[in-house]
Amino acid sequence: MDFSIFGYQFMQNAILTGVLGGIACSIIGVFVVLMHMPFIGVCMSHAAFAGALLGMWLGFNPLIGAFVLSLLAAAVIGPLADRGELNPETSVGVIFSLMLGLSFLFIGLMPGTKSGALELLWGNILTNTRGDIILLAIVAAVIVVLVLVFFKEIQATIFNRDMALSVGIPATLILYAILFLTGATITVTLRSVGGLLIFSLILNPAAAAYQLTYNMKTMFLLSAGFGVLASLAGLMLSYFFNLPSGATIVVTSSVIFLLAAVFSPKRKVKSWQQKTLTENTA
Amino acid sequence: MSDAIISIKKAVVSYREDIALRGVSLEVKSGEFVSIVGPNGAGKTTMLTVVNGLGKLLQGSVRVLGQSLGYGNGHSLRKRVGYVAQVQNIDPRMPVNVREVVMMGRYGIMGFLRRPGKNDWKIVDEMLELVGMVHLASRPIGHLSGGEQQRVSIARCLAQEPEILLLDEPTASLDWRAKNDILELVGLIHDARGLTTLFVTHDLSALPNTCDRIVLMKEGIIWSQGIPREQLTDENLSALYDIPLASVKQRREQEMVI
Repeated sequence: MDFSIFGYQFMQNAILTGVLGGIACSIIGVFVVLMHMPFIGVCMSHAAFAGALLGMWLGFNPLIGAFVLSLLAAAVIGPLADRGELNPETSVGVIFSLMLGLSFLFIGLMPGTKSGALELLWGNILTNTRGDIILLAIVAAVIVVLVLVFFKEIQATIFNRDMALSVGIPATLILYAILFLTGATITVTLRSVGGLLIFSLILNPAAAAYQLTYNMKTMFLLSAGFGVLASLAGLMLSYFFNLPSGATIVVTSSVIFLLAAVFSPKRKVKSWQQKTLTENTA
Repeated sequence: MSDAIISIKKAVVSYREDIALRGVSLEVKSGEFVSIVGPNGAGKTTMLTVVNGLGKLLQGSVRVLGQSLGYGNGHSLRKRVGYVAQVQNIDPRMPVNVREVVMMGRYGIMGFLRRPGKNDWKIVDEMLELVGMVHLASRPIGHLSGGEQQRVSIARCLAQEPEILLLDEPTASLDWRAKNDILELVGLIHDARGLTTLFVTHDLSALPNTCDRIVLMKEGIIWSQGIPREQLTDENLSALYDIPLASVKQRREQEMVI
């Protein structure tokens, strides 16, 4: 195999993007998994995609469009999650389909070639610039620092928002901060992984870590490790087998999840619970 | 009452089109154990949320521990008020153990940027000892039974070192033995720690013996209040729960036989 490719700037940029994006996405994933809000994350990532396309169509920075629209989606969905409304999935489903519809509408309205729009759809980690990486590094650093500094408040909010509020923790503020960071992470990784695939990189590493530990700190670390592993392994596979990078990263993260699910020690808990349930109902 | 630790005056609370409290006034003295009883939808839980500042007042005023509850001071007040909710459905895979849950009770009073220290863990272990859960301290919280989870909730609440204890149907969905254990524990803690306790239930078999006063609620108002013996009469219960008097009497007789 020819490894001289690693001497090139674009490949070094891609590796950096993989590491930073893997960390940022997978830490956000821990919030998404433990707070049971995967639909919200899916909705926000599609809103970011629609916003980026709007920017491309109207000629302003796609990242600004992505950030604004994902935050708008969060502003609509956040209160539903905050109030603990029953079945917020219906509203989220409506917004999700609206965002997807808007995305394709903007692609249709875009004059000329659609290659830039399609790149946002599939993602391409190899085209990231130094500016993109600096932005990604800032977002990843902010997320890591906030988790380290406010771990106990975050832990309580993730465990039970009502309980956190009742002991004097501003859990609502923390929920909105998490949604804000989710929007920021999706925005800065959109170009690398793609609007349709970004959410898998958020969800899969965290879901894999969830299978393997009963300790939240370990879950954050495992998730970040799996995120980086999926990004780098996906990048290598895409290079050596000439595959689309975003899709390969996502498939790699799914394989990590499947392996974690197969070897999960928590499967025993499930079978133990089912056994107890059967005994109780017998 | 001048030495009231909780003073609610003409409180009106509404959730969308439903009015949960219709101008309710209540005063609770320091060290008092008050049980709030009534059917579902009577506004009992809302009374508790008004006391810890989570319920939004449309009208009226609330004064707790010498502080008037207003916009923005809820967080500081809640650090001094413990709250135990009904048994929650906790994901058995949740990566949090029993000791960590009890420590969460101290997070508010510790404040930002402070990590749990030796003294905090010592208090947590003492509370686990008090509620008889030391042997399960390192278990994932989701693996515990409903009764065990409620003991942990009470330990978490006590780790907060509160001055007021709010209990919202803490025995709901528990079996008979777990219910009795929790009621006994609540009574002991109230007496031993000199707390002021508000205990909400719709279930008359879930009333602690130590209760000083019963407040009967129905349709968002305080329907009647006084000492337990005077309040829990067949006539009152018949009117409160809209059950024929004969049925209440029959039920009481059955309970006595049991």
